[in-house]
Amino acid sequence: MLEVKDLHVTVEGKEILKGLTLTINAGEVHAIMGPNGAGKSTLSAVIAGKEGYEVTSGSITFEGKDVLEMEVEERALAGLLLGFQYPVEIPGVKNIYLLKAALNAKRAANGQAEIPAPEFLKLVKEKTAEMKMDASFLQRSVNEGFSGGEKKRNEILQMLVLQPKLAMLDEIDSGLDIDAMKIVADGVNSLRAADRGILLVTHYQRLLDYIVPDHVHVLVDGRIAKSGGADLALELESRGYDWVLEESAA
Amino acid sequence: MSDVTSEVQTFLDRLAERSARRREAQGQEPTWIAARRQAGAARFEALGFPTRRDEAWKYTDVRAIARGDFALAEDAEFSPAAAAALTLPLDAYRLTFVDGLFSAALSQLDGLPDGVTVTPLSRALEENHEAVGGPLGRLTGVEFSPFSALNTAFVEEGAVVRLAPGTVVEKPIILQFLSRAGERAVMSHPRILVEAGGRSEATLVEHHVGEEAAANFTNLVAEVIVDRGAHLTHYKLQEAPLSDLHVASIHVEQGRDSTYTSFNLNLGGGLVRTDLISDLNGQNATSNFYGLFYGQGRQHVDSHTVANHNAPHTFSNENYKGILDDRAHGVFNGRVVVKRDSQKIEGFQSNANLLLSDRAEIDAKPELEIYADDVKCSHGTTTGQLDPEAIYALRARGIDEQTARGLLTLAFAGEVLEAVGLDAIAERVELAVAGKLPERFNLAGLVEAAVALGDE
Repeated sequence: MLEVKDLHVTVEGKEILKGLTLTINAGEVHAIMGPNGAGKSTLSAVIAGKEGYEVTSGSITFEGKDVLEMEVEERALAGLLLGFQYPVEIPGVKNIYLLKAALNAKRAANGQAEIPAPEFLKLVKEKTAEMKMDASFLQRSVNEGFSGGEKKRNEILQMLVLQPKLAMLDEIDSGLDIDAMKIVADGVNSLRAADRGILLVTHYQRLLDYIVPDHVHVLVDGRIAKSGGADLALELESRGYDWVLEESAA
Repeated sequence: MSDVTSEVQTFLDRLAERSARRREAQGQEPTWIAARRQAGAARFEALGFPTRRDEAWKYTDVRAIARGDFALAEDAEFSPAAAAALTLPLDAYRLTFVDGLFSAALSQLDGLPDGVTVTPLSRALEENHEAVGGPLGRLTGVEFSPFSALNTAFVEEGAVVRLAPGTVVEKPIILQFLSRAGERAVMSHPRILVEAGGRSEATLVEHHVGEEAAANFTNLVAEVIVDRGAHLTHYKLQEAPLSDLHVASIHVEQGRDSTYTSFNLNLGGGLVRTDLISDLNGQNATSNFYGLFYGQGRQHVDSHTVANHNAPHTFSNENYKGILDDRAHGVFNGRVVVKRDSQKIEGFQSNANLLLSDRAEIDAKPELEIYADDVKCSHGTTTGQLDPEAIYALRARGIDEQTARGLLTLAFAGEVLEAVGLDAIAERVELAVAGKLPERFNLAGLVEAAVALGDE
């Protein structure tokens, strides 16, 4: 589904990713872990097309298409969605506007007509309830005045409504208390499907107690230094990252 | 200067014709009216039309008005079906004017509660002209501007709204001004007098709208008295055709414990100038000025506001938002004046503008004049483009850039619209702003979805 090959990325002249290679197949949940500054967030940002990142070499393909040639919205329409670590507040744009505009954009891209209003309302209310958010959130401005946990739940809500092929979640656990973590994790787990990939970027193992990954990768100094199963995350939790650094340097 | 004289002369000729015909039809007017009419004409003749050398008109060129040759409407015919399509869908009392003339057929005053009178000015003058003579011209004299002088010279129609002390009117009172597309451009000089007695409460909606091809000139003066403890909300919804020319001065006098809330919502009109002046004369009086202007094409929208804090413990709060596209030109000039010894006053003013095109222009001038020392005042104006982070966040959900920009533009307007208490007006303006954006934005459907959700 997603293939990242020998990806080199610089930000403001500084090389952050130094030859990263990663393959995600449909039905798999991947977790990327690593110390701060290793380039974890850079990877998902580049895939989602955020400005300010320069790809100097390497490739990213999604279902055989060159992602780097696609506009930001084309990537989303192709099914690549990024849940932000710091969701931006958009004063005055109601959540319901964003959801409807995004869903209709996706439907238009798939040759479908706009979603009928009653069907849309039913869908968003159902998904809002799944995220244990009050329906009033739909009428509120996107993320404005939301707590950290509410912002993250709102990101997952968007995923539940838009049903991406590959959901990338950047530090979705940061700033969450345990109850919010469970709600977010339940939301992500409900996205698990045979035809969908999920990429979790996280600093802490804690999230992976709730969302058990199929593959764990340790990102150190712009490269994947070690890959393994869910057990690897537990090992990192007890041993820290230094041993991976030493092992990869050796 | 000879040009100016001929321009002024054209208007004076129309006035002379009108006066002659009025004498024929009705005989002599009461002397006070004739005297004010003359004073208005003399003042207008002496001043001529303002030019951009006049500080108050620095950013607004009125030559399109001065060089016009406007007749006065002869009748108030308007197809009821066409009028219905333009009328605000509100359960309200309504006076309708067509090119300035009163239309009884399009008005609806059934069920007005006791203590409230809503009367066309012409009728109020017939019934008891002396009762009109007191307030007329007291707040807006002929010296305010050449346009107020001109309005006084032509004064004959408009609305008189009186609320007896303690009267609460639940339904809004709409003054609807319809502009017709005709063979000749016409002008009208409506005068609105509002006397809100002590502790009365009402909502007044001034709605300017008309046929698309109309190109008329409206020169309106409103004088609004808000007595002790009264609360008046005044919407001015400007949806006039894009070739209409519109100049208005609204003068408000506020007593102790009164509130006057203005919503100056400008969507239509080719040239629109509004002066809104509030005199806060009693302690604990509050003025709220909300404004939204959306200009496109070559629209010119100028809002001048003044809050005069003439008494201690008075409050003013202003929030104006401007959205300008294409070659539209916006002007915001807001003044807060604190008189000597007007202590403990609070005056807040904010103006934010969004430029959607490189050729759109805004002149924003917030002014504070403070002659007291124990006051809390702030003012600020910002002009900018849309937030690139927000555009990215929307695009990252698959929304194309144009729609993202449209959503954010609507959002910008939304901040003022949230304060609008009449849903029918908020939705209408929201839809109009969404509809003014290019069609591919298709935001109207989104607004309807939100409304549907809200209705459940």
